[in-house]
Amino acid sequence: MSEGLIGTPVRRLEDAALLTGTARFVDDIEIPGMLECAFVRSPHPHAVIRSINSSAAMELPGVHAVFSYADLAPLLTKNLIPPDNPNLEFAETTKAIVLAEDEVCYVGEIVAIVLADSRYVAEDALTLVEVDYEILPAVSDCRDAIAPDAPRVHRHASNNVVAEFRTEFGDCHAAFANAAHVFNLSLKQHRGSGHPIEGRGIVIEFDAANDGLTAWSSTQGAHRVRNSLVDIFGLDETRVRAATPDVGGGFGSKHIVYPEEVIASGAALLHRCSVKWIEDRREHFLAAIQERDQYWDVEVATDTEGRLMGIRGSMIHDQGAYTLLGFNVPHNASLAVPGPYVLPNYQLDVTIATTNRVGTIPVRGAGYPEGTFTMERIMDLVADELGMGRDEVRRRNLISADMIPYELPLRARDGSTTQYESGDYPACLQKALDGSDFANFPERQAQARNEGRYIGIGLANCTKITGRGPFETGIVRIGPSGQITVHTGAMPMGQGIKTAYAQICADQFGVDPGNVKVIAGDTGTVPMGIGGFGSRQTVTAGSSIHLASIEVREKALKTAAHMLEVSEQDLELSDGEISVKGVPELSVSLSDVAKALSGAVGYPRPKDVPPGLEATVNFLPTGLTYGNGVHVVEVHVDIGTGGVEITRYVVVNDSGRLINPLIAEGQIIGGVAHGIGNSLFEWMGYDETGQPVTTTFAEYLLPTAPVVPNIEIIHHETPSTVNPLGVKGVGEAGVIPAAPAIMSAIEDALKPFGVRISETPISPPQLIQLIQKAQAKH
Amino acid sequence: MSMTPEATDRRSISVTVNGQRHDVDVETRLTLADCLRHRLGLTGTHLGCEHGVCGACTVLVNGNTARSCLMLAVQADGAEIATVEGIASENGEWHPLQKAFHEHHALQCGFCTAGILTSMVEFLQENPDPDEPEVREALSGNICRCTGYQGIVQAVLDAARRLRSPNQESSS
Repeated sequence: MSEGLIGTPVRRLEDAALLTGTARFVDDIEIPGMLECAFVRSPHPHAVIRSINSSAAMELPGVHAVFSYADLAPLLTKNLIPPDNPNLEFAETTKAIVLAEDEVCYVGEIVAIVLADSRYVAEDALTLVEVDYEILPAVSDCRDAIAPDAPRVHRHASNNVVAEFRTEFGDCHAAFANAAHVFNLSLKQHRGSGHPIEGRGIVIEFDAANDGLTAWSSTQGAHRVRNSLVDIFGLDETRVRAATPDVGGGFGSKHIVYPEEVIASGAALLHRCSVKWIEDRREHFLAAIQERDQYWDVEVATDTEGRLMGIRGSMIHDQGAYTLLGFNVPHNASLAVPGPYVLPNYQLDVTIATTNRVGTIPVRGAGYPEGTFTMERIMDLVADELGMGRDEVRRRNLISADMIPYELPLRARDGSTTQYESGDYPACLQKALDGSDFANFPERQAQARNEGRYIGIGLANCTKITGRGPFETGIVRIGPSGQITVHTGAMPMGQGIKTAYAQICADQFGVDPGNVKVIAGDTGTVPMGIGGFGSRQTVTAGSSIHLASIEVREKALKTAAHMLEVSEQDLELSDGEISVKGVPELSVSLSDVAKALSGAVGYPRPKDVPPGLEATVNFLPTGLTYGNGVHVVEVHVDIGTGGVEITRYVVVNDSGRLINPLIAEGQIIGGVAHGIGNSLFEWMGYDETGQPVTTTFAEYLLPTAPVVPNIEIIHHETPSTVNPLGVKGVGEAGVIPAAPAIMSAIEDALKPFGVRISETPISPPQLIQLIQKAQAKH
Repeated sequence: MSMTPEATDRRSISVTVNGQRHDVDVETRLTLADCLRHRLGLTGTHLGCEHGVCGACTVLVNGNTARSCLMLAVQADGAEIATVEGIASENGEWHPLQKAFHEHHALQCGFCTAGILTSMVEFLQENPDPDEPEVREALSGNICRCTGYQGIVQAVLDAARRLRSPNQESSS
């Protein structure tokens, strides 16, 4: 196999349109006669809807319709957005609904939709729709929610516990009984929303001839949108197509099918017109998913040498008002705790609580940041308590290279075994320590302290499950024009995966990747698809495209051998031409071959070659693949202001074989920036009644250029053994160990004060408080 | 705030965008961003927050950057406006910033890119030889969620070099 293109930093094919303003995002789509919409949303965290009066709104010129549940109900098979995992058992009352019948359970929940000539008029009309609410008591904090006498999030529920589960292996009871040391830790972990700079949006193109629709959605899962609309409206697949234009970032925010998408589709079917919904940022703050709060209480047992004997404890997870996807976040968080360490005994009891806040599902990292934060905070605690180096405690506990493949006694969500199939964690740690000059930091620190500056260094390890199946289709097709196209159900949201797929495919035909067109995220061209999440697409779709490309290449060679009347072994394929080795003038182009295989009347068809120069592959990974990483961070803390400046950031990352290092590094750096946001800036605030209090980018801070340092990346490439490309996912890698590494560094800087950090994010005022509290103690 | 007759007040305005004059009849409340995008079809300018923080909608009005989400179209009456569609040269050759952004992987989803390019066009005119902290400071009014800014910073520094010595392709 030619390896010319795999591993090379090909410049992205996506860039030209984006740099010149000719890309097409969802709001750029105009359909003749299309109406725009806006949503009447609940201003209350919890209320009963007594009545809705839209007559004043309907009188406004330019308003075409106001629909609430009563209007849309006849179209719905049921008032339910199908869950991701149909086998999941959880509190019935928290099932994701299309729109409120008579009760709203979070601020921003949809009560009605307004269709108007423009968004301006639709927003005018929102103020004229009179909704009579009876305000009910609400619960905002997930710890309060599980108290027996807490107000009910859903008024007919018997309590606010959505589900409970235990993740465990080994025998914690015995481990703790025999431990040399036991320490405990309470952590508050918070992650806000994904906040892609392009918000959510959908254009429903109504197809009167077919009484159907095309949904142009800014989504991470076109097929999920299509399947949901088919299900909810009881249509068949010929009447619904979902396709994605350019998508301006996802990060989890566009993973699910939202009520807005369904309601806008229903309004289009009911009013028989095309409808556009483009959210504003306030809507994103109110009604786009978040990852939000987890409260962990854990204890750790170690031997005299600081080796882990067991971890046990409990965690409360804030699910929000509805179960939109499943329990991915708390489940992954519980699975992520062992990470790259040998943990013989483990027991975590998880309580998932519903609250009167918007629903939570994974944001980039999907619970792995939280589980990793817990484990890495434990590592630092053990090191400090036993007077051991923070690098040393990790070294002692890492799974060694000769233990790989390493089977964890845990089951993944799909019931598959959890096996770290490849990787070398001690080597990665060492590379990170060497690359960051970790050993000499105390010297620099002592010098800085002499000058009155508080600097610190921190580190953290992680593993990340990637490449979740079951599959993603890869279709490779060469048309009579000679154009090579790739079709896949995988979903680009800005990563650059079209370039990576073009590289994988072009590699087989000796052509420039620019000669391969990648069409992704369109149910009209690929019948099945899962979507973009979980660092899965290069593993699943990439492998399918790789295998399909090989199949098409073999088919082309076989056909060319027939056409040139030579043996296949005598042929070579380069630059899209198949020629007889040593006789370049004896050749056929891929276009010639495609024409031959598309069948001309009277033309002799090559024997044993089925029609069409194309192949479809649904590669089924035999297992999940695990990436890993180590982050080492240096910070300077201003003890007067509580400001934290990140002065150096070193990443060692193993995502297996890299298709395009440029794109992989972009993913890692972007992930780290997201992790910096989670650590120091991004706080989605709610008051005690469940009213959101941070609904602009002036209140909810995203990391900006001056606060994100240059990230130094050291690659460690251990090919995966469970897919033909040897790749592991990289989309979430950068975010996962960022928070614990940063907190470790801040604690190190503030060691003279004995400050301990047990929450994310941590703001300057909070740091000042911690310093003052620590000073008061001494 | 209820609907008032003023909301539908209209004015005729004339704007020159990327060298081309447009006479448009607009509602007085129409933002410049919506005018550019939906009346003039220049959809390269994007809206990320509509409250003036993210910087995605930044355009040049009479050579100065402006948040087109916070400016009304009527305020631009008579102005010369440049958008991302107009920063390449007339023969279609990319601006050094565009070339450097491509070379340094300074964009991922590309939604914030137009506003960053226009902001940096102004910045490099004012400061043709910036150092890295100055570039980062100049970028502080634009939010990018994808890239972590590293590629953007490198691209801006590289573009500055290219602009100072136009014959040099890239010094990276």
